[in-house]
Amino acid sequence: MKLNEKLYVSSSPHIRDKAKTSNIMLMVLIALLPATIFGIWNFRSENAWLLVVVTTAAAVLAEYIYEKLMHKPVTIRDCSAAVTGLLLALNLPPTLPVWMGALGSVFAIVVVKQLFGGLGQNFMNPALAARNFLLISFTGPMTYFVYDGVTGATPLAELKAGEAVDTMSMLVGTIRGTIGETSVIAIMIGAMFLILMGVIDLRIPGSYIVSFVVFIVIFGGHGFDPQYITAHLCGGGLMLGAWFMATDYVTSPITSSGKIIYGICMGLLTGLFRLFGGSAEGVSYAIIISNLLVPLIEKITLPKPFGKGGEK
Amino acid sequence: MNKCTERLFNGLVKENPTFVLMLGMCPTLAVTTSAVNGIGMGLSTTAVLVMSNMLISMLRKIIPDSVRMPAFIVVVASFVTIVDFLLEGFVPSLYESLGLYIPLIVVNCIILGRAESYASKNPVLPSVFDGIGMGLGFTVGLTCIGIVREILGAGQIFGVQIMPDAYTPITIFILAPGAFLVLACLVALQNKVKANLAKKGQKAPAAAECGEGCASCASREICGGHMFNMDADPDKKISGEAKNNKKEQEGA
Repeated sequence: MKLNEKLYVSSSPHIRDKAKTSNIMLMVLIALLPATIFGIWNFRSENAWLLVVVTTAAAVLAEYIYEKLMHKPVTIRDCSAAVTGLLLALNLPPTLPVWMGALGSVFAIVVVKQLFGGLGQNFMNPALAARNFLLISFTGPMTYFVYDGVTGATPLAELKAGEAVDTMSMLVGTIRGTIGETSVIAIMIGAMFLILMGVIDLRIPGSYIVSFVVFIVIFGGHGFDPQYITAHLCGGGLMLGAWFMATDYVTSPITSSGKIIYGICMGLLTGLFRLFGGSAEGVSYAIIISNLLVPLIEKITLPKPFGKGGEK
Repeated sequence: MNKCTERLFNGLVKENPTFVLMLGMCPTLAVTTSAVNGIGMGLSTTAVLVMSNMLISMLRKIIPDSVRMPAFIVVVASFVTIVDFLLEGFVPSLYESLGLYIPLIVVNCIILGRAESYASKNPVLPSVFDGIGMGLGFTVGLTCIGIVREILGAGQIFGVQIMPDAYTPITIFILAPGAFLVLACLVALQNKVKANLAKKGQKAPAAAECGEGCASCASREICGGHMFNMDADPDKKISGEAKNNKKEQEGA
């Protein structure tokens, strides 16, 4: 046998996998189902499920129309637009007028994703960018929370005001908040599924949550108070953000150490915004600011090829 | 073609300071929260630009080359001070809403740019028309941005409610991020329109040849700023002139 038949010569990448964008996105969609179903059940309003359906459909439609108009290959089959739309819907209060959700979807897909070159080129998480776009544009409706017919502040805002909160109902999710963020249990079921399927890496949410807890313990003014820490962890969009938004492949670093730095960055920013910022919530701003730092983080954590570096 | 009209057209369309040259972005983004602010800022800048272009053009043989920048700044700053006082005295509401951006006209790139690249090299009358053209181009740019932002962000136009009451204003458009979004969309739109015109009417070769504008064009002396003609049937004239130029060059 000749030598070149024994040795197979090819250029990199040498390790291939069967994972496809559409498979991964489909798994994320499945993982979001518990939180979505719980949210719709929890708020028992027609507007909530209508908002979820319309926002998701608007994202897919916006991608289709934009790509048709620009004569680009249509990529709605990879489900990434559906994931963006659903994530955005889960980040909206259940009472928000449906057209605002649709407008947010169009902003996420056209401005944040497609204008920068489509999937893989967006510089920040489209769903979160759209959420912040809506938050700035429609501050009133975006911060109007109703639960069981009673309007009021979210538990996180009550916590910030120094009031007592019920951590048990925050864990289950029977509280005021956006459609998908209230139930930590439902979110964790989806997150466990993603971890078991190998879709997300524990480093980002792990370092995010740990650094956030450390920040809260040091600066929260309550010391190591388990009740206070649990309330902060279960309140607001921290869990949804940490497991589903921060782990977005496009806008998170690819290096292992970079992922940890990125997580710490988000943890510190979230703590900073929640404790010292003007509003009670800071997860979405923390994540998109950290998204912007990702190219820098990747640059400094790039591993040296074997044989390079060493003494100068 | 009349040089003065050419200057006007140049400032308004071909080298529009807002949409083509991208100069003076600071006031463009900051004060265009409403159409009235856009017009106010644009006209104040126009006034300063015309006066400073005129004076600098008059003084162009007196100002030594090595100190021309400080000299230009002194001229511009004097006119800005006058405009500042006039606005404060006669239109206090506009003065209030423009605020700091009126004194900042002194360092507006358009004014120094025109002084440096045009007024300091050309006679008085074309310089004045250059100032009017550029100033009006800037005014039109700011007003367009202001109108779009006011309609989307407040549902009004020139302070008059035009959207139905059911319309919820998209507040982001009267905040800073909205300025960037609207500016980008309008620039994209005018590029698209110009590209389409170029495809249709063969204006493209002329625009491409004179792409940088006559002020900085090396072949200005040959064509005398006549290359880009807005009058009817530009193709013939341009191609004819271009041929003549070629012949002349070959002959030489």
